[in-house]
Amino acid sequence: MIALEHLYCRAGDFQLADINLSIAAGQYGVLMGPTGCGKTTLLEMMCGLRHPDQGRVFINGNDVTALPPGHRGIGYVPQDAALFPTMPVAEQIGFALRVRRRPADEIRARVETLAAQLSLTHLLHRLPQDLSGGERQRVALGRSLAAQPSVLLLDEPLSALDESTREEMAALLRQTQRRHALTVLHVTHSRQEAARLADTLFRLEAGRVQETPLTALQGG
Amino acid sequence: MSDAAKPRRFTLFWATLALVTTLYVGFILALLFATAGHSSPEQFIAALRSPEIQRAIQLSLATCTAAAMLSLLLAVPIGYLLARGRFWGKPLVEALLDLPIVLPPMVVGLCLLIFFQTPIGRALETVVPFTYTVYGVVLAQCVIGTALAVRTMRGTFEHIPERPEQVAMTLGCTRAEAVWRVTLPAARSGMFAAASVAWARSLGEFGPILVFAGATRMKTEVLPTTIWLELSIGNLGAAVAVSLLMMVLAVLVLVAVRCVGQRP
Repeated sequence: MIALEHLYCRAGDFQLADINLSIAAGQYGVLMGPTGCGKTTLLEMMCGLRHPDQGRVFINGNDVTALPPGHRGIGYVPQDAALFPTMPVAEQIGFALRVRRRPADEIRARVETLAAQLSLTHLLHRLPQDLSGGERQRVALGRSLAAQPSVLLLDEPLSALDESTREEMAALLRQTQRRHALTVLHVTHSRQEAARLADTLFRLEAGRVQETPLTALQGG
Repeated sequence: MSDAAKPRRFTLFWATLALVTTLYVGFILALLFATAGHSSPEQFIAALRSPEIQRAIQLSLATCTAAAMLSLLLAVPIGYLLARGRFWGKPLVEALLDLPIVLPPMVVGLCLLIFFQTPIGRALETVVPFTYTVYGVVLAQCVIGTALAVRTMRGTFEHIPERPEQVAMTLGCTRAEAVWRVTLPAARSGMFAAASVAWARSLGEFGPILVFAGATRMKTEVLPTTIWLELSIGNLGAAVAVSLLMMVLAVLVLVAVRCVGQRP
């Protein structure tokens, strides 16, 4: 479950004011809004990469506002994947477990399982520079899932993909969300993506978030 | 062949650029060949066999390497702070860090000499004696080498996106761990370049060493000091031979930096 309560943040040219948002456990939330309206800033506050001026962030009912990013139980897939430039795919996926000093057998098993689920098994030894856009997004997804977070934040994960890859990736996101019982917040400005994936829809406009009925995606 | 790798049409514009480049590179080559032509292989070998010059070569290589390592140790954290940090007074800090590059080298040496006459300087000298010692040679080389290494490391960190580091933090790293595990491995070629630039600059350092560490044969004599000492006694052959040696070392370092920098 994700909940934001009265969140305020001033960043650059815009201000997020009194942001309230709630996504029930196991739901796929989609946040839409024009470019530059603060969607990424909102995700950064949820991850702990940016501190809100006011307000609180709850994950599964716990107030995580003061917790460092790695202690929030959140998986984060940023725009353009932001893979670690010098690590092969297997090391990227096992990264969170290595940081937690888990045994090598456990890391190997988890990497193999996630790689199989995300069709990455044949790419485990490749470096990011040798991957296509869709492959990079799948690696970023696998990397975010290794530590078994309950919440997944996706920042425009399909925007840089071609149409056929986007379809495959959207299906994979839905499948992954169900398989891992994740609560997801997916940021996009594509109506098609939102219509295809959303259980709950939010709009961020003029610094405020509003829950919007899914029917708003039909037509125009 | 990618678009970037395709040869361009040889228009007047490119011909002009090629001409300017050729003239200037030709001038540098002329300097090198003129210097090389001024010495014979026999003179070169005789100079290299001199115990004083051998000692100066050893000392130069050792002090430059120590100074480059120290410069890198300082340049990595300072460069990271300048690239990622936002703080009050940053332009002033940047200006102070660049100061050793801008100041006349003799002034740097004089500042070092005066600083080690102050109470703080004297207290430091009770731990490590710098004035007129080999440690002083390393410190004088390090002051200017660090300024150049900081510039290189800052540029390196500015070109490495911060987002992967932030992702590492969401995966359980502290900021320091994220830098260690993600950013520093990506900065390897920049670190090599920074150390090499500091090394090459240290090799040519003369003014601050002369003022602060002296020019004592077999003690604080490095290669630029040798050239100055040999010239001062009219031994042009030995001075040219050592100059040639320094040119070879400088070219080797610069080529190594270019090769590592272009590695994918």
